[in-house]
Amino acid sequence: MTTTFPFEAGAKDEELRTVGTDAVRIDGLDKISGAAEFVDDIDFGPGLLHAAIVESPHAYARILSIDTAAAEQAKGVVRVVTGKDFPYKFGMYMEDRYIFAQDHVRFVGEQVAGVIARTHREAVQAVKLVKVVYEVLDPILDPKRAFEADAGLIHPDLGDYTHVPWFFPKAGTNIAHWRKIRKGDTEKALAEADYVLEDTYTVPRYAHCAIEPHVTVSKLDHADRLTVWTASQSPHTQRHLFAEALAPLGFTHKDVRVITPYIGGGFGGKAGVSMEILGAAMATLVKGRPVKLRWTREQEFYNTYQRQGVVAELKVGVMNDGTITAVEHKLFWDAGAYVEYGANVVNAAGLSATGPYRVPNITNDSLCMYTNLPPGGPYRGFGYSEFHFGLESHMDRIAEAIGMDPVDFRRKNAIVEGDELSYGGHMNPSGLIEAINKVADAIEWGVEEDSDNPNTVMGKGVALFWKAPAMPPNASSASFLKFNEDGSLNITVSGMELGQGYLTVMAQIASEVLTVPVEKIRVETPDTDRNPYEWQTVASHVTWSSGLAVEKAAIEARGKIFDVIHQVYGYEDDSLYLESERVKCKTDPSFEKPLSDFVIDGIQTGDGTWRGGPIIASGKFMPEFTNALSDPETGQGGHPNVHYTVGATGVVIEIDKDTGRIWVRKAALAVDAGKAINPDLVKGQIVGGLVQGLATVLYEDMRFDEGGKMLNPNFTDYKIPTAFDIPDEVVPIIVEVPQPDGPFGARGVGEHTMIAAAPVIANAVYNALGIRIKSMPVTQEKIAMTYLEKSRS
Amino acid sequence: MELEIKVNGEQWALNVAPADVLLDVLREQVGTKSPKIGCERGDCGSCTVLMDGRTVRSCLVLAVEAEGHQIVTVEGISYQGLSELQDLFLRINAFQCGFCAPGIVLSATELLEHNPNPTRHDVQEALAGNLCRCTGYEPIIEAVLGAGQPKVGLDRPATGPAEGDRP
Repeated sequence: MTTTFPFEAGAKDEELRTVGTDAVRIDGLDKISGAAEFVDDIDFGPGLLHAAIVESPHAYARILSIDTAAAEQAKGVVRVVTGKDFPYKFGMYMEDRYIFAQDHVRFVGEQVAGVIARTHREAVQAVKLVKVVYEVLDPILDPKRAFEADAGLIHPDLGDYTHVPWFFPKAGTNIAHWRKIRKGDTEKALAEADYVLEDTYTVPRYAHCAIEPHVTVSKLDHADRLTVWTASQSPHTQRHLFAEALAPLGFTHKDVRVITPYIGGGFGGKAGVSMEILGAAMATLVKGRPVKLRWTREQEFYNTYQRQGVVAELKVGVMNDGTITAVEHKLFWDAGAYVEYGANVVNAAGLSATGPYRVPNITNDSLCMYTNLPPGGPYRGFGYSEFHFGLESHMDRIAEAIGMDPVDFRRKNAIVEGDELSYGGHMNPSGLIEAINKVADAIEWGVEEDSDNPNTVMGKGVALFWKAPAMPPNASSASFLKFNEDGSLNITVSGMELGQGYLTVMAQIASEVLTVPVEKIRVETPDTDRNPYEWQTVASHVTWSSGLAVEKAAIEARGKIFDVIHQVYGYEDDSLYLESERVKCKTDPSFEKPLSDFVIDGIQTGDGTWRGGPIIASGKFMPEFTNALSDPETGQGGHPNVHYTVGATGVVIEIDKDTGRIWVRKAALAVDAGKAINPDLVKGQIVGGLVQGLATVLYEDMRFDEGGKMLNPNFTDYKIPTAFDIPDEVVPIIVEVPQPDGPFGARGVGEHTMIAAAPVIANAVYNALGIRIKSMPVTQEKIAMTYLEKSRS
Repeated sequence: MELEIKVNGEQWALNVAPADVLLDVLREQVGTKSPKIGCERGDCGSCTVLMDGRTVRSCLVLAVEAEGHQIVTVEGISYQGLSELQDLFLRINAFQCGFCAPGIVLSATELLEHNPNPTRHDVQEALAGNLCRCTGYEPIIEAVLGAGQPKVGLDRPATGPAEGDRP
C-alpha cells in the first residue's frame, strides 16, 4: 500500500472525545422542524416552467414519425422537444443511452419527446397530443433468452460504444459485459469434492421507493450558465455527465453548476444520471426560464434505475469435513435496455460472488444481458443482495447434506484476514467470526422454539454477508474547512446527506481532531461551484473516503493553528496540542490560547503587527492502492476492491402453516463497522436496511406483462413496509475490527444491512417447514402452496 | 374560486381552481413546504396535515373542501420551539432523510392528542398510513411511545432551539 494515512486506526476509545458518541444529527433540527428544503420546495418565482415527458408504450419499437404540431399549439405550451434536438449520447460507465430516443425505443417508458409549458397541468395535457408512430418489434424480456445465439440484438452497435476499460462487451450479442473470474482449477476440485450441490435461484427486479420522487429544476441563464438543482446522490458526477453530453452545445464544466439540497432518500436510485439529464437538456432551449421536471410515483417505478433481476446458476463443492473447495457461479443479469450504470453492478457481483468464504477454486461468470425492460442500475447492495439469496440458501443446504450445523459450517469457511480473494488480493481485517457468534447468541441458535399456536411453527435462520465498495480505482473525495470568528467551523464536502447521517459523521471527525464541539460545526450540502469534489455518495464509501478527506483537512488546519502559535510564542509545533477549543503546550502548562482569539484575526505581536489570519484548510483522498487492470479471461492481476465490510444476520420467525404468513419475531444483525463513528446512526442503518431487505423477500416484487409493461407501479400494488410490517424485535450489533486505512478505523455499513435479509428468511422457512423456496420473493402464497404439496406427498 | 382558510393560525384568502388540491395550494400559494408530494394518491402520507386537529392526506383533499377549516402543518407545531415529540424524534434518530418526518410527526401528534398512553399496536396503527423507507419504523415507534412518558434512558441533551430563537 503506497498511501500513508494520517490517523492510526483503532485509537483507544478513552482517547476519543467525539468519535464513537451518539452525537445528535446536525441536520436534525432542519428536518424535524419542517425547515429542511428539498428541491421541490425551492421557490423559482413566476417564470418557472414545467416539463412533462412523452413515453414509449412499447418495450421495443422503431420510431417511424413524431408529430408535435398539435402539442405545440396547445394552451400554455412553450416548447416541444424530441430526440432531433439532442442527438447526444451519455452514460456513466458506457455510453449506450441517448437523452431522448433517436430511431428506436427499448423499454416501456423510454422518453421520446418532452413538453415544456407554463403549468404542470398544461404540460401533462399537451403530452397526450404528441403523435408517435411506431413499428413494434419483438421484445426480449428474459436474460437467458437474451443470451441465446439466435436472440435478436437490442444494441446492434454495441461494438462501437465507448466504455470504461474494465468492461468487456461482446459485439454481435446482447452481452454488454462479461466479468469472468478463473482461479485455481474448479473443474478438478468439483470432480474431487465429496459432495457437490448444483441449483438455480431467481431474483426479480425491485424498486428503491425513496419517498421523495426524482425532481430537477434546470435553468440556462442569459449569460449561458446552466444551473441544475437536483435530488441526486451524485452532484459532481452529474455535472460531469451533463457537461460531456451537452458539450456539442458549447458547455464546459465551469458553465454547469449542480446544486443538491437535502434529498428524500436515495438507496442508489438517485445515483448517476437518469431523468435529470432531460430537464437539463430541455432548459437549454428556453433560455432564462427555470424548468421543473418531477417524476410521478408511477414514473418513479418504471423510469428510474431498477434493481436488476438475476438468474443464478450455482455449483459448490465441499469435502466431508465441511471445507468448501470450489464455487462455480453463473449470474445472468436482466440488466435492461441501457446498462451505462448497471453493468458495473454486474461487474461488482462477479468479483465477489463466492460470498464471504475462503474458496481456493473459483469460476464466476457475471453476464450483463441487455433486455427490453427498464434500465437496471445501482440499488443498496449493488448486486450482492441478489447473489447472496442463492449463495446463502445453498450454504444451508450443503451443511445439511453433509450433516453439519449451518452455523458451524459457516464459521469453518468464513473468510478471515489474509485469505486470498477471487481476484488474487487479500482479505482485510474483519470481525466475521465475531459477528456470526454474536448473531447466533442473539437468536439462541440451536435452541428449538415451539409455538403455542397449533397452526403455526417457529423457525430460525442465519445468513452471512459481505460487500466491497464498487468504485472506479480513482474515485475521490475532497473537503474544505474554514474557521469562523467565534471558533465555529464551516466544512464543505460533496457527499450527500441521504439520511444516513453523513453530515453529522463528518462533523464528528473534524470535531475529534480540532476539539470544536459538533454543535459548532456546520457541514453543507453540495453546490459544485463551491464545494470540493466528491465522486458520488454510493458504495457505502463516504464515511471512509470523505471521512478521510475531512480528517486530512482538520489535520492541516491544526498544523496551521500550531504554526501561528509557534510564530508568535516560539513553542515548537510538536509540543502543542488542542484541548476544549484551546491550544495548549506540553512544555508550558501555564499556556493556553482559545481558538476564538485568533482563528480569523490572528495574534498581535509585541511590535503591534499581527500574525496568522483566517485558518482554512483542505483535504482529499483517493485510494491510490487500487487498480482495475485485470486479465479479462481470468479476472486475475488487478486490485479492484478497496476492502470488504462483513457481517451476519439471524432471524426467528413464526409461520402459519395454512396461509404461509410469516411473522418475524426477532431479527439480529451484526455488521463490522471497523469503528462506529456514531453508533446510533449505525444502528439506524442496521434496522432500516434490514427492514428494507425483509420487504424484498417477503412481498415486494416488480411485475411486468408479456409486453414488458410494469403492472404494479404504485404503493398499493407494490407494497413497501408500513409501521405494522416490521420485526417484533431487532437486535442491532456493532462489531469493531478496525479498518487500517479508515478514519479512526471506520468502514462503510450503509448497504450491507439489507444484503442477507432474503436468504435468512428462506433458511428460516426451511428450518420451520422443511421447504426450500428458490425464487424471490418468498411470499405467503409460495410457502402455502409448496407446503401443501409437501404435506400431500 | 375564493377560498378562506386558516393555516398555522394565520388567515388566508386565496383564489383557487376547483380541481386544485389542498397540498398544492399549501405549497404554492401559502408557501408552506413541509407537506411533501410523494405519490399524489394517498398512499404514502408525506402530505399529511392536520385539518381541525385530524390528519388528512392533503393530496386527496380538494382545496375548496378546506374552506373555513383550520390547517396545521409541522411549521405550525414548531413555531415556538420543538414539541416534546419532535424533541424525542431528534434525540433518538427517529428520522433519516427527513422527507416523511413532517407527516409522521403530525400523525403521531394526533394520536397522542386522543390517546396519551398508546400501546405499540396503537402507534403502529396510527402510523400505518405514513411510509418511511429509511428507518424501519422502530425508532419512530420508540419516540412516540416515549412522548408523554417520564424522560428516562435518554443520555443525550435536547438540542431544540433556545428560547427566542424563533419568531
